[in-house]
Amino acid sequence: MPARRDLRSILLIGSGPIVIGQACEFDYSGTQAAKVLRSEGYRVVLVNSNPATIMTDPEFADATYIEPITPEVVEEIIARERPDALLPTLGGQTALNVATQLARGGVLDRHGVEMIGAGLEAIDRAEDRGLFKETMEAIGLEVPRAGYARSMSDAVKIARDIGYPVMVRPSFILGGGGTGIADDENQFLEVAKHGLDTSPVSEILVEESVLGWKEYELEVMRDRAGNAVIVCSIENFDPMGVHTGDSITVAPVQTLSDREYQEMRDDGIAVLEAIGVETGGSNVQFAVDPTTGRRLVIEMNPRVSRSSALASKATGFPIAKIAALLAVGFTLDEIANDITRATPASFEPALDYTVVKIPRFDFAKFPSASTTLSTSMRSVGEAMAIGRTFPEALQKALRSLENGRAGLNADKGEAVVRALGDDALAAAVSTPTPDRVYAMAEALRRGWDVDDVAGLASVDPWFVDQMAEVVEMRHDLETRRDDDLLREAKRIGYSDRQIAYLWDTTEEEVRRIRLHAGIARTYKTVDTCAAEFEAHTPYMYGTFEDESEVLAADKPRVVVLGSGPNRIGQGIEFDYCCVHASFALRDAGYETVMVNCNPETVSTDYDTSDRLYFEPLTVEDVLEVIDAEKPEAVIVQLGGQTPLNLADTLEKAGVPIAGTSPASIAMAEDREQFAEICRNLGLSQPAAGTASSAAEAQEVVDQIGLPVMVRPSYVLGGRKMKVVYSLEELGEYVRDIYGEGDPEVTANPILLDRFLESAVEVDVDAVFDGAELLVGGIMEHVEEAGVHSGDSGCVTPPPTISDEALKEILRATDELARALEVRGLINIQFAVKGDEVYVLEANPRGSRTIPFISKAKALPLARIATRVMLGSTITQLREEGLVPERPAESFVAVKDAVLPWDRFPEEDNVLGPEMKSTGEVMGIGPDVGVAYGKALLAAGNLLADRGRVFLSFADRDKQIGLAVAQAFTMLGFELLATTGTARYLRHHAIATEVVNKIGEGPRDIGERLANGEVHLVVNTPRGGRARYDGITIRQAARRLKIPCVTTVQGGLAVARSLRAGPGAINKPRSLQEWHRV
Amino acid sequence: MSRMRAQLVTADGEVFNGRSVGAEGVTTGEAVFNTSMTGYQEILTDPSYAGQVVVMTSPHIGNYGVSHADDQSTRPAVAGFVVKALSRRHSNWRAEGSLAEYFASNGVVAISDIDTRRLTRHIRDRGAMPVAMGSGVGESELRQIAAAAPSMEGRDLVSSVSTSTPYHLEAEGEELGLVVAIDLGMKRDILTNLTRRGHSVDVVPALTPADDILARDPVGVFVSNGPGDPQPLRATTATLRGLIGETPLFGICLGHQVLGLAVGARTFKLPFGHHGGNHPVRRLEDGHVEMTAQNHGFAVDLWSLTAAQPPERVGLAGPELLPERVETDFGTVRPTHQNLNDGTLEGIALDDHPAFSVQYHPEAAPGPHDAGHLFNRFAALIEESR
Ligand SMILES: Nc1ncnc2c1ncn2[C@@H]1O[C@H](COP(=O)(O)OP(=O)(O)O)[C@@H](O)[C@H]1O
Ligand SMILES: Nc1ncnc2c1ncn2[C@@H]1O[C@H](COP(=O)(O)OP(=O)(O)O)[C@@H](O)[C@H]1O
Ligand SMILES: [Mg+2]
Ligand SMILES: [Mg+2]
Repeated sequence: MPARRDLRSILLIGSGPIVIGQACEFDYSGTQAAKVLRSEGYRVVLVNSNPATIMTDPEFADATYIEPITPEVVEEIIARERPDALLPTLGGQTALNVATQLARGGVLDRHGVEMIGAGLEAIDRAEDRGLFKETMEAIGLEVPRAGYARSMSDAVKIARDIGYPVMVRPSFILGGGGTGIADDENQFLEVAKHGLDTSPVSEILVEESVLGWKEYELEVMRDRAGNAVIVCSIENFDPMGVHTGDSITVAPVQTLSDREYQEMRDDGIAVLEAIGVETGGSNVQFAVDPTTGRRLVIEMNPRVSRSSALASKATGFPIAKIAALLAVGFTLDEIANDITRATPASFEPALDYTVVKIPRFDFAKFPSASTTLSTSMRSVGEAMAIGRTFPEALQKALRSLENGRAGLNADKGEAVVRALGDDALAAAVSTPTPDRVYAMAEALRRGWDVDDVAGLASVDPWFVDQMAEVVEMRHDLETRRDDDLLREAKRIGYSDRQIAYLWDTTEEEVRRIRLHAGIARTYKTVDTCAAEFEAHTPYMYGTFEDESEVLAADKPRVVVLGSGPNRIGQGIEFDYCCVHASFALRDAGYETVMVNCNPETVSTDYDTSDRLYFEPLTVEDVLEVIDAEKPEAVIVQLGGQTPLNLADTLEKAGVPIAGTSPASIAMAEDREQFAEICRNLGLSQPAAGTASSAAEAQEVVDQIGLPVMVRPSYVLGGRKMKVVYSLEELGEYVRDIYGEGDPEVTANPILLDRFLESAVEVDVDAVFDGAELLVGGIMEHVEEAGVHSGDSGCVTPPPTISDEALKEILRATDELARALEVRGLINIQFAVKGDEVYVLEANPRGSRTIPFISKAKALPLARIATRVMLGSTITQLREEGLVPERPAESFVAVKDAVLPWDRFPEEDNVLGPEMKSTGEVMGIGPDVGVAYGKALLAAGNLLADRGRVFLSFADRDKQIGLAVAQAFTMLGFELLATTGTARYLRHHAIATEVVNKIGEGPRDIGERLANGEVHLVVNTPRGGRARYDGITIRQAARRLKIPCVTTVQGGLAVARSLRAGPGAINKPRSLQEWHRV
Repeated sequence: MSRMRAQLVTADGEVFNGRSVGAEGVTTGEAVFNTSMTGYQEILTDPSYAGQVVVMTSPHIGNYGVSHADDQSTRPAVAGFVVKALSRRHSNWRAEGSLAEYFASNGVVAISDIDTRRLTRHIRDRGAMPVAMGSGVGESELRQIAAAAPSMEGRDLVSSVSTSTPYHLEAEGEELGLVVAIDLGMKRDILTNLTRRGHSVDVVPALTPADDILARDPVGVFVSNGPGDPQPLRATTATLRGLIGETPLFGICLGHQVLGLAVGARTFKLPFGHHGGNHPVRRLEDGHVEMTAQNHGFAVDLWSLTAAQPPERVGLAGPELLPERVETDFGTVRPTHQNLNDGTLEGIALDDHPAFSVQYHPEAAPGPHDAGHLFNRFAALIEESR
């Protein structure tokens, strides 16, 4: 059946900001879909509030709406664009939920919009756990015994007759939010309550727990002719009870016989039919009892999912692209397999390698959170590795994580598990945590029996024995050194770093010996067909075999180093830059080579670059790709810290680094050198000093005064940074920093900066070609300096900065770019007080704000910078048309951060110098109010435009707090405040009702919040006992989903957006329209 | 695992180093690769592999051990087995033993730690070819053995795997009549599929003449899969010519090729054959596509029954690559199924007689179950022709 021509224009809904459970995999899928639908001649209308996505680049859709993904806004868009169809299956749970609401509300019918891909009934049958259960039983498939509750009492009844342990799962949630397993009734009461609160329809399923069973996933595709294929089978290394998103997973399935696998396959296809998925990809999850083979269906997602992205990268089968084609009526056999070209997409990929995915966690940023993994997903990213065998892939994936480890132990990092006593080790093996895999390897090193380790961890003995082979190799390496052994070690995935550790020599030395012995990587192709047919797409992975398949290239090559697994502080923004680098280079006539190990990204799509190396971003792996490709230049500036950390070593190894030299980058990172530069240029910085003891710290403070911003000198992303207001606090801080005895810390001094109070922070992104400076944009932060640039909202053009200050900022940017000999991008952060401008830091590299600025100014900064790095001048690029004559200035753009508090209920949700946000949203409007309002809405804050606002300010905030209070009074809000704040406000003649702090009398604030009497909380953090009150209030607000602002500036901005009013905020306008004017 | 070093040498002199993981000694045969990711035991015991060295493209083999329930015949038929990584430890609740033990006790010469992808690419580019492999002999010796090894063409391998004497199987449940199954290298799951559908089965040797078969008064005749080139199977071809029109016929794989020969078509050798569980096959009557299990090196050429030339292939393989119908001594024969990877013929049916056949394996084992319904079609055909 050919494409449907009764459809002309299609609305594609994205997944919004990156949150835990929904990351850049949906940019990957949305981008693929948009590309292919347009190439098939459809008009694509796209909505996504996340500016850091490739899909929201104006060239990827005919109309691109960077707008809040709410039913109201999307309805407006539908009314404006009149699409014929809505494709809801490529934007994760967000798109699916909005689409469902629109369909239910009759909006789609009213505007004659057809939902393609999956219909409303299908979505309901899959998403509603109760309906799903019925549907499965109707086709004779087994599901866990379960009952359905809308109240605690029902819940308890059901739990009792199922018998503990039970699993609780809310309806309509993503990434397992609000789920949990309870072993007894006490636990259950908690878990069930949390579940009911989390579900948008306050409905939970109480379910037989099959904790410890084996977990499997099938990626199934189906076309409208009813033809179905399994694209990929995935086996979880971690058992049921650890969310697949938090599990180490392996493709293809390893421990099922053909009979079992084919039965599971039959079930998978039957599930799609029963649910009624008309076309597209779905993910079906199974639990299998390892002792009897009993198989249960756990769930299915009637849409492209995280696993689909993984499956696409693991097999070379572009699920999202094909799903889009199927949705417009093609059948699988009508679509060619891009890789073989000669064969159709109606086939099941055959893998001749093994794929391992390992999630990346950031628990360090949420110290009060437990690191025990459960059914609610908390990983913030993932690394995938391809090897011929499981041990090789496992070790590659482990060293791809960038957690400082070199593989499966046999490195410095193993000290932690080696220090454990046997009992502690047994506990570490039996508790699922991010580090369990290292504990398992240590147990094997101690000679524990494979079956015992497997038993403790409920991990299949096959996997454990494969790990045992790795550990045995380690013993050999400790006793012998010869080329044959070295070759065997490399084949089983050992990195040069691990071998160096075991041979106690250097990585360089091992590489020398290795290459001398002719043990170099061979590169094999991911071709969907196990070499049965010729592959036309060089999608490669490294391994140690006889034959390498790297093709000679006719054009000069440039290697772009990607940014590895997502983590807080380094996310999709950097992948965005790398992808643009690749596009720019291809346009400029180079052959582009991408190296990355993050399966969620657009950069690891095999048709983003001319060649893709799915490899870890370590010196060893990268150097060998470079040996194989012999590039003209290597780009390290755009992938965040990951490639930067390699720059030095690569350059020393003679690799040509494009653009700004690693030396300059280092200079900017080195505080002494950088301070020196600023001094010479007459640029002011906050007074600063360093200390290695409490006493020294005191001295510094005596000179520069309080408050101070303190941090250990090595940290990134603001880790362990703190604002200290008193000597006591300072002493405390120094003690617990050095107290931890973390060698990395104690080796380094503590840095102290005079903390600039109530200063406005400003970010600048610019490109410098050696002569001309192109300023991308100046962003004024909403929150004051002290809130990490990544977590604070920002506005461009800057609304409150004086011309004086702006002049100085531009001068500073220009001078610093010259002084640092920048060729390419530079990002500078300033703190501004009145006309005074202080330089906080300069990063001569791609920054987090590039995608935002590119859209706010209609300026392809990453592309421009890439060309500059390779020698073009800005003038030339202006002539080429890549640099517009003048950037868009006719509107205001606001960026706001999205924070993962819902995943870390234990944490205090305040902002500080340590970055904690996972994603961002953008709001565009004619003025700050509207733009900020859109951003707030996009970030999920449902603001009431009238009602009661609770205010509680730290003393230092009271002055501006006054303005906040006035603003809300003028908006007609009633004010509620704790004694101190109330007294202050009343003193300034603002009517305020006093409310008791929690536990300090009748109708305390906790109770008032619970009663829904409060519609907004503005509560700024402070020290001492008051701090504790603050935390409890903020957490209460969060639990009850009451918008909670933690800075006075935030409060002002909210007031401003409320003044703009919902009418203006819900009015959408496409990026193309904004850019035109 | 310090196992004895072993080598594999191809007829055109490519050398592959690995380790011996099976029986000692040297073996030779035509190397073919199989892309199935599960089902190694079914593959090892599929008689169609007689005379062949099977290269598994899936790297980990032996993961879930072996279990007699998965055997397709009483003993392994392969001439040799080549893998990347043989699991030393298996894990599965069904397992009765390890694959390594199975190799040893069944005398299978097997080699591990081979760059199977390199070998697969070699076979893909140069075509299936003889190889010699083993441990304890020199490279040059293997080279000679490989070079001297006979090709598959023209060789009758069926006699080595077909049953020497007839045997009988009872139907499961209600008896719907006797099916005679001509054993050219029968897989066990085929018989189970017949008996499960209520047919008792007489399994007879490949050389059984038509009248002996008809003398058993069957409600239908099944012709099994089997190894190698159909052309030398003149007796069986004659048998089928004697059966067409007399009783409902259903052929699978080699059985399909022999039916092709019986109606007068030619067969030819594919460059490297079809061996795996992911081959898309389109049912021409309604365009439905199935994932099929395949294992064959030869195919039927229907154009040989026409004056016309096959058209040039443009884009994806389509029905135009096959003649719509051909006229034969037995009336009109139509192509019913087509392989979407290379456009080759996957099934035929006779318009004027109750007979049809498919090139692939509806019994799967190993492979997807999509085509299992073909056994119902045979049962239905039997019903109609009563
Ligand atoms: N009945 C159960 N018993 C034990 N663990 C379960 C059960 N159901 C699900 N899980 C675990 O919880 C995780 C999340 O459940 P799932 O149904 O996949 O929700 P989602 O993927 O939508 O968050 C699964 O990956 C699995 O590990
Ligand atoms: N002297 C200072 N006064 C006020 N705020 C500061 C000062 N130094 C840093 N900050 C705040 O801390 C945040 C993180 O500091 P920064 O040096 O940018 O570290 P990172 O490398 O993590 O970006 C900045 O975004 C800024 O808000
Ligand atoms: Mg799931
Ligand atoms: Mg910063």
